[in-house]
Amino acid sequence: MNAMIYKKKWPLILFLTPTFLFLTVYLYYPFLMNVWNSFNRIGGMGEASRGLNNPPYENYVKMFKDPLMSTAIKNTLILMALTVVIQVGLALILALLVDQIKFGSQFFRTVYFFPIVISATALGLLFNLIFLYDGGMLNQLLTNIGLITENIDWKDPSHFFGTLMMPVIWQYVGFYFVIIVTGLNNISTDIYEAAEIDGASGLGRIRYITLPLLHNTLCTCLILAITGALKVFDLPWTMFPGGMPLDGSWLTGTYMYYQTMEMADVDYGSAIAVMIVVLGVVISQLANYIFKEKDY
Amino acid sequence: MNKIKRKKLSLGQFFIYLVLSLWALTTIYPFVWVVLNSFKPKGLIRKEAFSLPIGDKFTLENYVTAFRRVDIGAAYVNSLVISGVVTAVVIVLAGLAAYAMVRYQFRGRTFLYSMIIASSMFPIFSTIIPVFRMENAWGIVNTGNIWLTRLSVILPQIAGNLSFAIIVLMGFIRSLPIDLEEAAYLEGYSVFRIFFKIIMPLARPSFATVGIFTFLWSYNDLFTQMFFLRSKKFFTITRLLNEISSQAGTNYGLMVAAVVMVVIPVLVVYVFLQKNIIKGLTAGAVKG
Repeated sequence: MNAMIYKKKWPLILFLTPTFLFLTVYLYYPFLMNVWNSFNRIGGMGEASRGLNNPPYENYVKMFKDPLMSTAIKNTLILMALTVVIQVGLALILALLVDQIKFGSQFFRTVYFFPIVISATALGLLFNLIFLYDGGMLNQLLTNIGLITENIDWKDPSHFFGTLMMPVIWQYVGFYFVIIVTGLNNISTDIYEAAEIDGASGLGRIRYITLPLLHNTLCTCLILAITGALKVFDLPWTMFPGGMPLDGSWLTGTYMYYQTMEMADVDYGSAIAVMIVVLGVVISQLANYIFKEKDY
Repeated sequence: MNKIKRKKLSLGQFFIYLVLSLWALTTIYPFVWVVLNSFKPKGLIRKEAFSLPIGDKFTLENYVTAFRRVDIGAAYVNSLVISGVVTAVVIVLAGLAAYAMVRYQFRGRTFLYSMIIASSMFPIFSTIIPVFRMENAWGIVNTGNIWLTRLSVILPQIAGNLSFAIIVLMGFIRSLPIDLEEAAYLEGYSVFRIFFKIIMPLARPSFATVGIFTFLWSYNDLFTQMFFLRSKKFFTITRLLNEISSQAGTNYGLMVAAVVMVVIPVLVVYVFLQKNIIKGLTAGAVKG
């Protein structure tokens, strides 16, 4: 019967052509083209290539010598580590806590998730007002409760790092929270009942039952956090335009945009984009290898 | 004995609620704070950040400035048009493709499937430059024509959302019983009528999920918009906000009002559709 409805194959062309045209023209072709561009000399966004670089891999050599690129990669790797530990860690703690309560878990879910739907640009502006030097919300708060007598410049070289990382980490805690809560709900209550009979206490229960059973969920979170850290752009770009202070706050994404659009070094921008892909693939494969998914 | 145990338990519960509420405070309070401050005279924000906008501290001045100095209305329209078109096209194209991928058996199906999966993993950074150059060669970038400019953002955003949408929709369509399609076929329905009259209505919840996700993603996506929207009159609300942040200087009143005006529409939608949104965004995890 099924075979009869779907035996005539010609409608497939109408069903699939538009989608695969989009994917090919807007994703696959540009992706390959971008790799090719990174070996070429391109004077501007609207200009044709002026032939291969000499040597063709010039941009990659440049990248290894570029101190700003090292800053960008270093910052991105630190952000990645912090997202994995703090973001996923906080999400895990909050999820385990929410699992213990009877009322209000839906409320917390809704509230924790909210920052994710807000544009990071709006959040960047909001945090700019919070971290403002002269009369920012945080400085006023700290002055009011008497912790500081002089305003702190949250964006100066000694403070900017926390100011850069904190909002990015804060925004996505709710995302991992929801994923982990879903994972927790999938653990059958029978196992907990059995554990209770065997005398497993609260913390022991978490250590020996919940965490092992969450292994795959946490693996998913880990990979998402790694790839997510490489995609960060809007928040740092709004809060720390131009790599301020003193080129200290570059991330791979913002540095790629800066080189491409503001320095008009299009081929170098392409090479940085290739680097972002390579970093993403290598690190997530590595993480996958170390924390292999397991079947229980 | 029993009594002691219960007391201990409730103390633990109290502690749990306390920790959970503290985090909730960090996600709610900044938004409450910005809304309250948007109704205060702009000078007060940096002097009395925590006072309430009551009596002579209440003013609409910031919103008046926002509408007068920057064209927020036009930016809303641009955002709605761009994200609306992206959402509509993604829903139809992804629906058709997902339906075909689930119901048809054909050679090359596995290959096309892996093509869809793989394309959801390209970071936008790695495609944007060639996309820009390609559209530039077609003559739709920086033309001064509003529809061409919108199109130049719409096309890459559609491509960026298709694969995720197809993956989510395939999961749902696969779970639909085939009996209805068979009955419709006996009634003489064509496959296209089956798709629009049977599959789409039945799969409405997942189409809603995909639609909301796509809309929000497109509305919030600053990166693509930074590349293609260079002229002020074509700015979307997100792009405009970025501009305000770099040019408002010390007009903090304008900033808070602008933030509120970007956040409020999303907040309203979120309150009504939060179940769909949370599902959509976590299902779209591959995209982030």
